Parts: sequence; C-alpha cells; structure tokens
Amino acid sequence: MKLSVDGLIVYFPYDYIYPEQYAYMCELKRALDAKGHCLLEMPSGTGKTTTLLSLIVAYMMENPHMVRKLIYCSRTVPEIEKVMEELKKLLDYYEKEDGQYPSMMGVVLTSRKNLCIHPEVSTEREGKIVDSKCHSLTASYIRERHNYDETSPICQYFEGFSLDGKESNMPFGVYTIDDLKMYGRTRNWCPYFLARFAIIHANIVVYSYHYLLDPKIADVVSKELSKESVVIFDEAHNIDNVCIDSMSVKINRRIIEKSAANITLLEKTVAEMREDDQNKLQEEYNQLVEGLRLASAARDTDIILANPVLPDEIFNEVVPGNIRNAEHFVSFLKRFLEYLKTRLRVQHVVQESPAGFLRDVQAKVCIERKPLRFCAERLSSLLKTLEIADLTDFSPLVLITHLATLVSTYTKGFTIIVEPFDDKTPTVSNPVLHFSCLDSSIAIKPVFDRFQTVVITSGTLSPLDMYPKILNFHPVIMSSFTMTLARPCLLPMIVSKGSDQVAISSKFETREDIAVIRNYGQLLVEVAANVPDGVVCFFTSYLYLESVVASWYDQGVIDSLQRYKLLFIETQDSAETSFALMYYIKACESGRGAVLLSVARGKVSEGVDFDHHLGRAVLMFGIPYVYTQSRILKARLDYLRDQFQIKENDFLTFDAMRHAAQCVGRAIRGKTDYGIMIFADKRFSRSDKRSKLPKWIQEHLKDSYCNLSTEEAMQMAKRWLRQMAQPFTREDQLGVSLLTLEQLQSSEASKIEKQAQQN
Amino acid sequence: MTTSSEDVLLQVPQVKYKKGDGTLFLMDSRLAWMVENRDTVAVSHLYADIKTQKISPEGKSKIQLQVVLHSGVSSTFHFTNRNGAQAQAQDRDRVKELLQNLLPKFKRKVDRELEEKNKLLSTNPSLLQLYKDLVMTEVVSSEEFWAQHASQYTQKKNAQSQEIGVSGAFLADIKPQTDGCNGLKYNITADIIECIFKTYPAVKKKYVEHVPAKLTESQFWTKFFQSHYFHRDRKYAESKDVFTECGKIDDQEMKKDIQNGVDDPLVDITEFDDKFIDEGYGTQLEKSNVGNGTVSQAMIKRFNQHSIMVLKATKSKPPENNVPQNGIEPKQQVLHPNGAVPATRTLEESNNLHKSKKQRIHEKISYDDLDTSIDCKQNSIAQLNLSKVERYLHGPMPGSAIEHLSPNDVAAASRNMHQELKQWRSRLPTSALVSPAAAVGALGELSPGGALMRGFQEQSLAQLVPPDIEKEVRNLYLGLCELLSHFWKCFPATSQASEQKLVKMHEALHRFHSAKIKPFEDKLIRELSPLSHNLTKHLNQLLNAAYQKFSTWQKMKMNHR
Repeated sequence: MKLSVDGLIVYFPYDYIYPEQYAYMCELKRALDAKGHCLLEMPSGTGKTTTLLSLIVAYMMENPHMVRKLIYCSRTVPEIEKVMEELKKLLDYYEKEDGQYPSMMGVVLTSRKNLCIHPEVSTEREGKIVDSKCHSLTASYIRERHNYDETSPICQYFEGFSLDGKESNMPFGVYTIDDLKMYGRTRNWCPYFLARFAIIHANIVVYSYHYLLDPKIADVVSKELSKESVVIFDEAHNIDNVCIDSMSVKINRRIIEKSAANITLLEKTVAEMREDDQNKLQEEYNQLVEGLRLASAARDTDIILANPVLPDEIFNEVVPGNIRNAEHFVSFLKRFLEYLKTRLRVQHVVQESPAGFLRDVQAKVCIERKPLRFCAERLSSLLKTLEIADLTDFSPLVLITHLATLVSTYTKGFTIIVEPFDDKTPTVSNPVLHFSCLDSSIAIKPVFDRFQTVVITSGTLSPLDMYPKILNFHPVIMSSFTMTLARPCLLPMIVSKGSDQVAISSKFETREDIAVIRNYGQLLVEVAANVPDGVVCFFTSYLYLESVVASWYDQGVIDSLQRYKLLFIETQDSAETSFALMYYIKACESGRGAVLLSVARGKVSEGVDFDHHLGRAVLMFGIPYVYTQSRILKARLDYLRDQFQIKENDFLTFDAMRHAAQCVGRAIRGKTDYGIMIFADKRFSRSDKRSKLPKWIQEHLKDSYCNLSTEEAMQMAKRWLRQMAQPFTREDQLGVSLLTLEQLQSSEASKIEKQAQQN
Repeated sequence: MTTSSEDVLLQVPQVKYKKGDGTLFLMDSRLAWMVENRDTVAVSHLYADIKTQKISPEGKSKIQLQVVLHSGVSSTFHFTNRNGAQAQAQDRDRVKELLQNLLPKFKRKVDRELEEKNKLLSTNPSLLQLYKDLVMTEVVSSEEFWAQHASQYTQKKNAQSQEIGVSGAFLADIKPQTDGCNGLKYNITADIIECIFKTYPAVKKKYVEHVPAKLTESQFWTKFFQSHYFHRDRKYAESKDVFTECGKIDDQEMKKDIQNGVDDPLVDITEFDDKFIDEGYGTQLEKSNVGNGTVSQAMIKRFNQHSIMVLKATKSKPPENNVPQNGIEPKQQVLHPNGAVPATRTLEESNNLHKSKKQRIHEKISYDDLDTSIDCKQNSIAQLNLSKVERYLHGPMPGSAIEHLSPNDVAAASRNMHQELKQWRSRLPTSALVSPAAAVGALGELSPGGALMRGFQEQSLAQLVPPDIEKEVRNLYLGLCELLSHFWKCFPATSQASEQKLVKMHEALHRFHSAKIKPFEDKLIRELSPLSHNLTKHLNQLLNAAYQKFSTWQKMKMNHR
C-alpha cells in the first residue's frame, strides 16, 4: 500500500499495516527531519525492519540531497540476510507499483569468509584463516612478484576486479551475499572487494556493527561514507558491550610467549633483508620520514593490520626517529614486551590508570609516550616491507602494538587491571593484563559525530533513558511502542514459589538450595507436561545450568522430563550447540516436542528465534545478573557512577533485565504467534525489576500474575493455551491490531500514535 | 500303553520326573517316561504337542531338560546318571539332539493359523470380547466369525504396520527394585531392548558380537546397567568395559555429524558472528576449553546425544526407501582421488543450499497477517469450526444448553412476556400469590419422587448402575451392533447369497437374544429390579426394529412369489 506519513508518500510492501508500524514511521520521520539521533523501542515481531526500510527509502527518494545513504547495521549474519531480503521485497514492490525499478542500490558487506569464491580459500571455515590466505594472494607485493614470477599464485578474481571492476558501476538492485557471489562469478570479480568498493556509492549498505564501531576496521572500511547518512543500529540493546569489546585488550602469558617468538622471527627477517636488499628498508625509512600520510594511503588489500582508532594529528606527524629504523623498532618492541612480562609477574591484583602505566613504562624501560602511539602503524608498515605473507602468525605481536597505541592515546575511560590468577582457581597461576575500556561512548562517538541521523532500535531497550547516558548522546526522539493485540498472545507470569510454597529465587544465598532447584525442576516438568511443542529455558549462567542439571539428574527430574519431551542442552561448544538446536527443531517439527536448556547472555539467547511452535513457553530461571565479582565490571560501575551518575544497582538491574527481556522475547515473533513467558524468581515481582521490563511485556503482566505458585501458573497456562489454539483470522485483527489503507486514512494519525504508544 | 508298533528311538534310564525315578523313551511320534519297574507310562507327550525344549544352563548342579507344550504345560526331566555329571550331560545332550531333529517334522501347519488368531484376539480386547459373546455362546460359528466379523482385523494385519517410535524416557522407565539382599534388580522387556537397539546401534553391534559367544544375555544386560548408558553421571573413559568402546563409537558418530555442519543458517551459531573478535581483544573471559572436563559437562553432552539418537532412531526408516540414491553418492566421492570432496562443494550443491537458505529466510520475514497473497494458501487448510468455543474450553457445563433463538422469536417472546405481566399484575394482588397449602403441595410435587419429577430417576441412571453391569451392557451393545450391522448390510437383498446371509443373520439375532439378552434381563430383575426395563429398552428396540424389517421382507418375498 502507499500511505502518507506526515506528507511523505511511503511505499509499504504489504496490504495491511500494524498501527505501531505507522506510529514508528511518524517518529522516525520526525527524527530525519530534525537531522538528529533517535532511540526507538518496538516489540520484536512487529515488522521493525520493513518499517524502517520503507520509510527511509521513501525519504531518500523524496529528499535525495538531505539523506544520501542508509547504513543498516545488524548483529548476526542471518539477521543481515533477513534485512537484505526485506529490502529486496521493498524495491520489487516499488517496481511493481511504478513500473520501473527505483534507482537504488543496496549492497551487503560481510567478511571474506562469507564472500570468498576462490576455489581453495573459500573452503576454509575459520574467518582468520580465510583472511590471511586471501591476503597471501592479493597483497600488493605478492602481485608485484607475480609480474616477474608467473608461478607465484594470485587470485584470479581479485585480478579481474582490479582490472576493470572499479570503472564500471553495478546496475541498480539489491545484492545479497549470494547475489554478490553470483555476480562475482559471472564477471570474474572478487565479491568481497566488489562489496568493499560498492559501499562507497551504494544507497543502502547493510553490514555488521563492527564495520562501524570497531575502530580497527571502521577506519579502513567506513571512512569514506558520506556524512549525510542515516545509520541504523538494529537489535541495539547490547550496543554498549560491543563498543567496549572493540576497544579492550587483554594480554596473557601465551600471547607474551608468542609475541616473543614473533619478535625473534622479525629480527631474523630484518637481518636477512639487511643483507639481501638494503634498499627496501631504506625506502621504508624514507617513507616514514615523509610521514604516515602516504602509509595510510596504502592499498585496500593491506587492511588486515589497520590500527586502532587514531586521532587525526597522528597522520600529520612524522614517525618518531627512534623507531623509524627497523632494527631500532624491533628492539623497541622487545623492550616493551620485557616490560609487560615483568608486569605479569605479580602476586596480587594491580589496578592502575593508563597514565600511571605510562609513567611506569617511562621509569622502568625508558619508553616515552609518543613512540608508543605509533607502535601499531609502525609494525604494519614493517610487516608490509618485510613481505610477510601469513599474517595470522603475527596476531599476538599486533595485539601488543595495539595495546601500546591505545594505552598511550587514551588516558580517560580506560583502566588497567593485572590479575595473577583466575578467581575460581586461585592456586593456578594464570596472570592476565586487562586493558579495559570503561566508557562505551568512546567507540561510538565518531559515529554520532559524523552521521546526521543515528537510529538505535531494538525490541528491548527499556528503560530508554539509560542508553543516552551510557552512550553519551542526545536523541531528539525517544519512544517506546507497544504491541497492539487483538488477543492476548503473550502470557507473562512471575512464579515466585513452588507447589510447596518455598520461595524460588536464584539469588546467591539460595541458588544451591535443594528445595529451590527441585521447585525449578517441578515447574519445568509441569510446563513440559502441559505446553505443546517447544519449551525453552534460560539459566543465569552456564555454571548454574551445569549444577542444576546435575542435581536434577539425582532428583529424577530429568527422567520425568524425558517422559514428556526430548531434552536438549546448550553447551559451551557452539558447533555442538548448533547441532543440538537443529535436532531441537526437528523434534518440535515432528510433534514430539522438546525442551531446550540454555543460558542467558549465551549465543542462543542472542541470535536464535523460537517462533511459533519452536517456543510455546519460555522460562527464565532467576535474574540474569552479570558476574558481579569481576574487577572489570567493578571498575566500570565505578566509572559509570563517577562520570554519568548511574547507581551501581540501577545499572546491574538494567543489564539483567534487558537480558531477561531478550531471552523471553525470543518466543514471540509476530502477532499470530503466541507464547508463555515465565519469570521464575521471587525478585521479579519487585517493582524495580518489573518496571524495567519492556512496555509491551509489562502491559500484559497484571498484578494478579506476579506472585504465583507453580500450580496456579499451570492453571492459567492451560486455560490460556486452549484459548490461543482457536483459529485466529485477519478479521479478528482488523481495526484493532491491523489496519487497511482506508482505516488508516479515516482515523487520525495522532490517534493511532497514541494507541500504539499508550503512555 | 505302549503299542508294539512303536519304535523306540532312544531309551535313557535314570531320569527323574517329579522326584520319581524312571526311564525316558523317545518313540516315533511321542516322548514318554515310565516309572521305574512299572509298566505304565506316566508321562506321554506327542511331538506335535511340544512347542519347545529347554535345557538347564551349563554349570548348574542339576542337569535338566524341559519340554514346553503348546498348551503352556511343561514337564521337566532331571538326568541322574550315577556315573557323574558328565554322563548326565551326555544323556541329556543325546535326548536334546534327537528331539531337535524330531520336533520340526511334527510342527503342524494348523498351529500357525491358530496362533495367529490367538495373537489377534489377545492384542484386540474388543475383538476378544466379541468372540466371547458371539462364538462361545454359539450365536455364530467360529468360521463365520473369522470370515465376516473379524475380517477388518485380519486384513489390517496384512497392511503394513506402523513403525513404533522410541520413547524419550525408555531408560528412565526401567525402575530398579531391591532384590532383598542389598542388590538391585532391573526388569527389562523385549520392547525396551528393542528401543535400546534402535537408539544405540553400537550396543546392538556389541550384543551381536558378545552374546552368546562371550557373555550370556543376562550378563550383557547387567553390564549395560552398570555402564554409562544407564548411569549418565559415570564417565566411561576410566573403565575398561564392553561399553567403553560403544561410548567412543557414539562420540565419533556425533563428532562426524557435527563436523558436517548444520544446514539451517538460522541456527548455525558458529556462523553468526560476521567478524570474530580475535584472541586477546574484548573483555570476555577466556572460555575454559576443558571439553569434557567435569562430570556434569559429560552428562549434558550425553543428554543431548540421547535425545538426538532417539530422534534419529525414528527418522532412520524413510531414507532406506531411497537407498539407491544414497548409494550412488559415496561412489561419486570415491572417484575424486584427493579426498577433499566434502570440502569442495560443487556449484550445484551450493546453489541448492542457497535455495533452501533463502526459503528459510523468506519464511522468517513473511508476515502472514500483513499479506493477502498468503491467504489463498491458508484457506485450503481445514479448520476446526466450533459453534461454541466456551464449551470447548471448559467442557460441557450444566445449563449451557440454551437453544439459539432467532431475533424474531426473542422479540415475540418478550412481547408476550410483557403482555402476560400486565395481565398478571391486574389479576393477582402481590400479597396473596398462592395459598400456603398449594405452595407446599407444589413443592412436594417438585421434589424427587414427586409426581412432576418422574423423569428424575432416569436422569441419574448413570449413577445408579454399578460398573460391572455397565460393562456388561456395553459388551451387549458391542455384540448386538456387530450383528445388526451385518444384518442391515444385507438389504436390499438382491442376490441369492445375500438372502441366505440375511436368514442366517436373523437366526443369529434370535440366538443372541435368547443367549445373551434374556439372561441379562433376568439377572437385572433379580439384582436391580427398578432398572431392569430401562437398561435393555433400547437394545430391545433395536432388535424389534430388525425383526420387523425381516418379517416385512419375508412377507414381500412371499407376495412376490
């Protein structure tokens, strides 16, 4: 349908629309008009992606000079592929309605692992190996060598691309991963470099967070994207963690050892080269004298070793004299490594600021701050000069130089913690140096500064006011939408006690209590007996899952569970878990039904949807608090308190509840879907927890559902399930949770918005 | 007893039967035992009657041989040769071998048929009941019964039986019992054994290898119950056992499957991350890569394995049908010499993969309530049409049987009501509605037992009838309905055969009436006099209807002639 959103004609590729989708468009348009950032929460399964795409594409068509580009960032590869398919559908709809394909190009960018079509390289499964193999075929010096030595292998696809790929423009259309591969095959072009090149002039770019947030990659890949872009972070409830991860480094003994080996190898290679071909080293030296400007303009192919975020002034400066010479640099690295080694040789925990660390380095091994800052860049230049093909071997040393550059660049928002052993095994010496980012706004700041509109959206962003604080930005629009429903398709319940009236809770004091574990088990058995098809359970941590399963086995809970459904459990091995998941789906599809035990914060809870029969009930056993004894977390909490005035408890509860909501939200993936959500912990019924749940869940969580025993909950579930099993047609939804174009036009926009927000 | 014409094939002295000493004879066509020093044959079994022979296990103090008859009776002979155990065993073996040769010759063919029928009856309780009611009371003959009434059962048997799946909890269902002296006894049935074999092919392999050559059956299962299969918290790596190897085979199988990868991109979490965070970056703690370190980890793995294998056991059948297709594939792979075949996917293969992937993604992004194009597909699905959803949700409720009235009726009724009310008010002053005496009288009439509550008793019939009578009534219905259905099937009687059958069925009905219903009615009168008539009323109605039909048919036939 073609609808008008505040005067803008939007093509929506469906015949009907949800009221909240319309309201979402209205808010989004306001943010685009204001050229500001916005924060929008809309329940999963209400067609967020297609709403976003259709509005922004319409906006781009209407105002091509105000918004030139849409950058859509999502988290996982399947999600990225879903976005591409939605986009395809939208543009096809434009073609159907207008008779001609819109002049738009959408392209996806993903790692080499997913895009490579080289017959040998593409067989590798691990991303790192694919990257390095690709590099060994496409690096500039390899190709030069090929010019005089025909036998040295190169990649025909890359050659094909560099020959004529950059001159011609790709026709309009949407290029998914498979389309890119197909296109590359027919033209003999490398899809990866094609995509890298295409994102510069494509109208719509879809890729993962890291290409924008990880400074190591963003600097190379996303640098040339135009300022007049709209950036969307979908599924952004964890965005602060992504930011922090991309800026943090940790060093353990193994990395030190490997780096030492790397340095020895470097030393040897440099010495050999000094004998064979002194010119090359001299050339590099000269280049460094000229400044990093040239070095940074190196070819795209050499990006693997891009450095962490560098302030602009570095490029204007010249590499300091004391590390310009290759031998000097190697010995410089050696010294720094020795210093790190001594730091790891501690008996007690040390925590210090980057400034303190720098002072100590200066005092102990006479290394100044300035050369440290150039460390990463200098190493990548050296590795290029030495023509070292297999770069994976050097990753430990690269890590060390990244640490050097980061520690000397940022003095605020970071901390250094050296732990001599793991807390769980205090007898085993396993020293780790954490260089940890505390401030998630550092990594995302360039994004907010550079692009005119950044949309942060997800199904679970409540409480909304937390994100502007921790990401340090000022949204012009901040809104949470509910799910308008014609029938109560979700049944959230808080089970606070077992059938024996013992309070159930995963809080530290009672989590190992036999009675609590037994009650959890009985709850699950009851659910398995009464709920058809799939049941998913989430535990607060993997360790807790293990111990509970062990006690359940002793108590016979597992046996009675197996009488009703098949049992699958997430393990720490992702391949094994994927396999178990596949059989979980098979079991649900064959009608046998299955129970999946999983972990909050795990990969399953973050990326796998349990729609329809795959998840008729989700149980959250306990509140998924993060491991609070971790020193890194404590440092971060302190920082948040001092810098952003966020109370420790507020943040911890916020973090726990967003994960709980995320887990529980896995079961509802649309308005025709239905699912039970059981929060099995007494503490959930407290208002500070309850109020932090997303609005669309809170709305259905009546007071009478907040303090149930196992039997009461089952009674309600049984009644509700029978109701849900009734046929549900469009007619039931129309006018309430589904609108036709006429209904949309006849009712006032403001009314719909109000209905969808229900503040 | 021994006729002179019989040949004695073997004669074994010093054989005890029921504590009496005697001699065992193997004759032409039977096995006989004579008490010592007497001429009478105490035991005599025709070979044809013998189902099987059993011998005592090796190493037992008593050397015995048991023959089991078709009737279920068994006789045990104890060999007591004075020359010691070896001689006894020799005696026994001689008998055993000879019997082994003889018995198959006498296996009767009829047996099989009988056995099959027996099996049918024992597996179908309703058929057995019918058999009891109709054949044993001689309402219909046995042949007729099998030919007509049980035909659907006998036919069904020929149709392919459905594969029985494996319960997820078949191991959990084996409940150990204490045997009284600090030991545990596990009872295992053929069904459970089959489940185990289906789910764990490795165990089956071991079973075939070891039983009975190296272990006896019971030893094998004892070992099984001691193994990790049964005690999931035991680690098998430590013990050296038959099943240690099984565990390893299972693990390897699983590993292979895992390496083959997951074809559904939406659950393959190894492929989720677009860009791996390299080692050393990020704040996440290093994953402790211990593998099967702790017992509970091994246990979790085993639970997954169990569920997967249970599913596989049920899924394994269909692929066997297209064995030829599967059979070709491995050959193709052999053609590639470098052995890198699984890794290098052919273009076609990967295209197929993409297609299925695309389909999965399309499924995920489609909103069937937003799209009209999906409607046409959905309409073809038959839907349960409930006129009253409430009744489905709560079950039948008292007083919910309000009939639907058309709006017109309702309007008319309310109009009438209004009019009545108007008149009523004018007619009767509120103070004296009914005289007290009349009110008491009316109440009495309306109480149970009153004139207006006659129907009351009938309503609670279900509560008054004791369960055994109820069951009997049900059986009567079962039998009568079977007969009646055959009776009515004969109409219209067009051919000679159907006419004959009609007459026969009519007779059978009469027989049923007199053999079953009459005695039942008598019994009712004796035991539950007030109900007697009500209970069989409907049965009699059914019968009378049939009789009437038959007599009219007969009259018509007469007239025709």
